[in-house]
Amino acid sequence: MSFELAMVEQLAGSTLRVSTPLLFAALAGLLCERAGVINIALEGLMLVGALAAAAAALQTGSPWAGAAGGAAAGAVLAALYALTVIRLRSNQIVAGTAMNMLAAGLTPFACKLLYGSSGATPSLELGARFGSAPIWLAWGLVLCCWAWLRFSVSGLWVRFAGENPEALDSAGISVNRVRWLAVLAGGALAGLGGASLSIFLSSSFSRNMTAGRGFMALAALIFGKWKPVPAAAACLLFGFADALQIRLQGVALWGDRPVPVQFIQILPYLVTILVLAGLVGKSRAPRALGLPFQRD
Amino acid sequence: MTSETPALELRGLRKRFGQIQANEDIHLRVREGSIHAIIGENGAGKSTAMKMVYGLYRPDEGRILLRGVQREWDSPSDAIAAGIGMVHQHFMLAGPYDAIENIVAGAEPEAPAWRFLPRAFRPVDRAGARARLEALSRQYGLQVDFASPVEELAVGVQQRIEILKLLYREASILILDEPTAVLTPQETTELFANLRRLRAEGKTILIITHKLKEVMALADQVTVFRAGRIVGDVARERTNVEELASMMVGRRVNLQIQAPPAPPRGEPVLEVRGLCLTPASSGERPLRELGLEVHAGEIVGIAGVEGNGQSELLQVLLHPRDYRARSQGEIRCLGRTILNPGGGERPLSTARIKALGVGVIPEDRHRQGLLLERPVAENFLLGLQGRAPFSRHGFLSGRSAREAATRALEEYDIRPRSLDVAAAGLSGGNQQKLVIAREFEGKPRLLIAAQPTRGVDVGAIEFIHRRIFRARDEGAGVLLVSSELDEILVLSDRILVIYEGRIVARFARGEASEQELGMHMGGGARA
Repeated sequence: MSFELAMVEQLAGSTLRVSTPLLFAALAGLLCERAGVINIALEGLMLVGALAAAAAALQTGSPWAGAAGGAAAGAVLAALYALTVIRLRSNQIVAGTAMNMLAAGLTPFACKLLYGSSGATPSLELGARFGSAPIWLAWGLVLCCWAWLRFSVSGLWVRFAGENPEALDSAGISVNRVRWLAVLAGGALAGLGGASLSIFLSSSFSRNMTAGRGFMALAALIFGKWKPVPAAAACLLFGFADALQIRLQGVALWGDRPVPVQFIQILPYLVTILVLAGLVGKSRAPRALGLPFQRD
Repeated sequence: MTSETPALELRGLRKRFGQIQANEDIHLRVREGSIHAIIGENGAGKSTAMKMVYGLYRPDEGRILLRGVQREWDSPSDAIAAGIGMVHQHFMLAGPYDAIENIVAGAEPEAPAWRFLPRAFRPVDRAGARARLEALSRQYGLQVDFASPVEELAVGVQQRIEILKLLYREASILILDEPTAVLTPQETTELFANLRRLRAEGKTILIITHKLKEVMALADQVTVFRAGRIVGDVARERTNVEELASMMVGRRVNLQIQAPPAPPRGEPVLEVRGLCLTPASSGERPLRELGLEVHAGEIVGIAGVEGNGQSELLQVLLHPRDYRARSQGEIRCLGRTILNPGGGERPLSTARIKALGVGVIPEDRHRQGLLLERPVAENFLLGLQGRAPFSRHGFLSGRSAREAATRALEEYDIRPRSLDVAAAGLSGGNQQKLVIAREFEGKPRLLIAAQPTRGVDVGAIEFIHRRIFRARDEGAGVLLVSSELDEILVLSDRILVIYEGRIVARFARGEASEQELGMHMGGGARA
């Protein structure tokens, strides 16, 4: 009995921990997409954030400096993205994919230059890693994001930039400025998501450590109908699937042979697919999502 | 002209886009507290002039004076700050949000208790905004539901929200672009009452329109644009509809053609029974037990406010295969069953339906009727390419196509008389005449005419109407779908009113007044 209770507790704690990077990334995506910019570059933004956070934490020995480094790196890559899709009005799917490829190639290269290995950074000391702070930070941000979007002046601008940019423009607010700021802030958030992978969930950056979490966050965002609290709940669901898969590894489910670990690891991705294919239902994207804004 | 300072004065405005002189020598004085109509055909330059007034374009030359003071602005928000605002034909509203947010966006009142935050992060003072808007709404008699998402409100209400948006910003000069295009006759009446009230409260109103009857009902002064210039500026009481139309077109036009007597009614050419359609997306409207018949030698007009299932009906008629899974009921056309999901027959393809003898003037000629970048000759051939004499043994006969197209240009007076100019280079009226020439080439026995004169100049309207009558007199059945009530009333031998996917009223020619039709178009519940 107490063994099972402990297992539930462990599973719950683990769910909270592994859903944290997803939360940051989903909020990042939400910010961009509510402003009308598709962001499939979350994966790449997280990846550069993860490396920069590990590097900054290694350098300073402080996880907070690591987080700041991760956020800054995310914002820098996001600025490049904003430049291509807002200023140069290139296709957001293509540009986002390019950002992901750039990050996938750039991070091992930078890692090799800095630490002589393209596979991983050296391990962090315990003091250079986070305890539970990112969990609190992530959930605090969910609530802030909700209240900000719903009540604040700039939240209103972001919503209108995604829904009817012409209306916002004719009211004298620069749509592209709103979108720039949203994408930059989103980049910083995604960078924090990456940081929580490298200096919170693990103790180093490793190559391609995001493993599709950026896309999973995007799925959570759509499942959550582009709203902060439902999107956070979707992150928890995906986090739970991830925690469960970790817990089930090596457990014998049928007979005495454990299920091959590769099958167990499919679980979070399977949940993502099922959720997107079956359960999303009538989720309505911001009307101007993906459309560059230009005054006629 | 009086000596008082006009609210707005344009002196010698000029604007050029590439090769096209859009505006030339525009002089205009708008009296304070008046309703001033700006009329002209498509491309006459009235919109360009108004866009310069409200700050979207910068004039190449000339001056804009606001109450005698010269002003310049770079954007619509500058113009608004100076007191000039525009209600666009397509409303600038964000559907999921309520009227309050839509109105205050960009000029939000902030809750005073949150001054410690930077401005962008302060909460919007919704209560304060609401109090102010309710006061404005009372002062000007503009009834608005402030709490619902605007996409759930009627178009007339959305328009009032747009007007309130300008009043909230303290605009004193309001420009309305084709404000009645999307309204029912009842909503139009309400709008006019609202506009008169605004005038009484001292606002100056410019309305851009092409509906001359409305000009005569509402305006104090009328300015007529033609070919980028102002060709007339008259007081309403010193002119009439015929004179205004002649000024717009540059020659005498016959506005209200007399319907020739209808030939005897023949066999049914189109029968729709109990047609139901389940929408696949939120943009699509359902059809509910819709039934209608069109006989040879009659014009059946479907009246209705846009978005009540007209587009869906047309789509199902022409593309029954795409709707088989989502529809019920039966459609017979020229003796063939083209859709009958219950009967197990395979619906006919669009090409087969057209080959039965169906001509189609589509709703949106740019998207459904023409290949805009392709030359006139190819556009003429579109849909005829498989038929003799245009096709021989599977090869196109360029010569016979060009011969037929040349004849059509002549017969339908399509200008320019060139087969090689791209369809995009034709005016709206000429594009539509090209579509009609093509669809009449096969001597259709059923003509489906959707919005046949939309965006077409006054001169071409008369021509198109005559052609439709002629098709009827030669024995074709015509299904007319139009949101222009005047057009329905002139052309239709029988009128059906569509509302929320259902035919809610049926009239013979001369039986129904505009008011009566309007009441049914609005659902009839208000009667």
